[in-house]
Amino acid sequence: MRNDESLRLSDDWTKSDRQLERERLRRRSSLRSGSVATVSTIIVIVLLFWLFTASPGWPRVRETFFDPEQFAKALPDVLSGFLLNIKIFLIAEPLILLVGLLVALARNLTAPVFFPLRALAVVYTDVFRGVPTILIIYLVGFGLPALGLQGTPTDLATLGIIALTLSYGAYVAEVFRAGIESVHPSQRAAARSLGLSHGQTMRHVVVPQAVRRVVPPLLNDFVSLQKDTALVATIGPLEALRQAQIHVAGNFNYTPYLVAALLFILLTIPMARFTDYLAARSQRRRSQ
Amino acid sequence: MSLLSIEGLWKNYRGHSVLRGIDLEVDPHEVVCLIGASGSGKSTLLRCVNLLETADDGTIRLDGEEITDVRIDLNDVRKRMGIVFQAFNLFPHMTVLDNITLAPRKAHGVGRRQAEQQARDLLDRFGLADRAGAYPDQLSGGQQQRVAIIRALATQPRLMLLDEVTSALDPALVKEVLGIIRELKEGGMTMVLTTHEMGFCREIADTVCFLDGGVLLERGTPEQIFTDPREARTREFVQSVIDARRL
Repeated sequence: MRNDESLRLSDDWTKSDRQLERERLRRRSSLRSGSVATVSTIIVIVLLFWLFTASPGWPRVRETFFDPEQFAKALPDVLSGFLLNIKIFLIAEPLILLVGLLVALARNLTAPVFFPLRALAVVYTDVFRGVPTILIIYLVGFGLPALGLQGTPTDLATLGIIALTLSYGAYVAEVFRAGIESVHPSQRAAARSLGLSHGQTMRHVVVPQAVRRVVPPLLNDFVSLQKDTALVATIGPLEALRQAQIHVAGNFNYTPYLVAALLFILLTIPMARFTDYLAARSQRRRSQ
Repeated sequence: MSLLSIEGLWKNYRGHSVLRGIDLEVDPHEVVCLIGASGSGKSTLLRCVNLLETADDGTIRLDGEEITDVRIDLNDVRKRMGIVFQAFNLFPHMTVLDNITLAPRKAHGVGRRQAEQQARDLLDRFGLADRAGAYPDQLSGGQQQRVAIIRALATQPRLMLLDEVTSALDPALVKEVLGIIRELKEGGMTMVLTTHEMGFCREIADTVCFLDGGVLLERGTPEQIFTDPREARTREFVQSVIDARRL
């Protein structure tokens, strides 16, 4: 029981000399650790910088990859292409969550009527986790329109979204499944013993707990999805990498690739830090 | 007529028989206490009655209806009894109030307002009225177990199964949980419970059953079992309990 009254910091406590000496030593040692870390970091940076600039090919690399003029010239086009990457990501992400959760739930169905669904879910995760994402993009991008069915999308970005959803949906389904299986069987037993059906148990007891647990790994998959939107370039829509390729081909200078890389980093780093933050928070909660 | 009637119940785990032909009758308003060493089959017996385990042979009847029938609706049977576990098994992502009202609302179709009113009445009755909005990890073990008992009561069961409900609690908290069970008996609830609290068992049980190696070896009043056991194995067990100062 939480008894806030008895756990409050006592007023009649003055630190003993022994404790004050301890704290002085701790401060001194943490100050020393700080300076050591700073010095060693500076040394490493200087060494790395020297290693690159002293290499025989450096003048050439600087000219072809780090050309400020080319950088400025390519930036507007690559940036406008990058907006398409963000659009693809924002549409694909909720679709992937939906597909992943539905497939994970299908794998947990027990009734015999649902056997085909369960089997389909297993085949789906096996196939789409096994095939490289870039191949799926080719197969969907060129194969789907070739079927000539009424209503099949022909827009390249849409085809890319479908391909990414199929590929990432399989991974996310496995993440959800792991989360569902990590909920202790006694939770299911408690829910079923109260007379809840399998579906009600999943809906109200198992899935809510599972989802909370898999948020950090899911975000990790989304960091990866953000950069994999560039793979859609292979079937042709004018997103960031495609725009960079066009500039590279026109000027025989690779700096536009650097522009694209920087944009992707700027997008993924906040997401990665957010993932770390959530993981640390759930760690703190568990150790409470 | 018996409320619960068990006949020739067998349960096997990996080629090992945990229950070997158990026969047991429980009358309405009767409190039956199962005692015996760990692994004697007490908990398995309760889990079989709740249909969390499938019996390998024999029949279990509730109100004369055979619930071991393979065509029976499990959810329907479970709605008529409540089970409470040693480890509480509250739902950690729900408040106390939601833990209690989930089954009435979802499985019994009771409206939210009515379910919450009933839950608050129960919480009030067992001294937990101020904890309705708390999450399970904000409660002491004793409070958690009391909530688990209330959760099982909220569906108004005909029969309560209590499986070592005080074993995970420290002595100071055991008392508050035993108090609830005592109150249930006064209210006429039919209960089957397993416990290591022999003093409590002696006080509350109408009938004590001693299980040994999956066999219901002896059945009698608490007085008879604890002072004049017929079977040698029962005598040994009771003696070991007295030696450990648990009686």
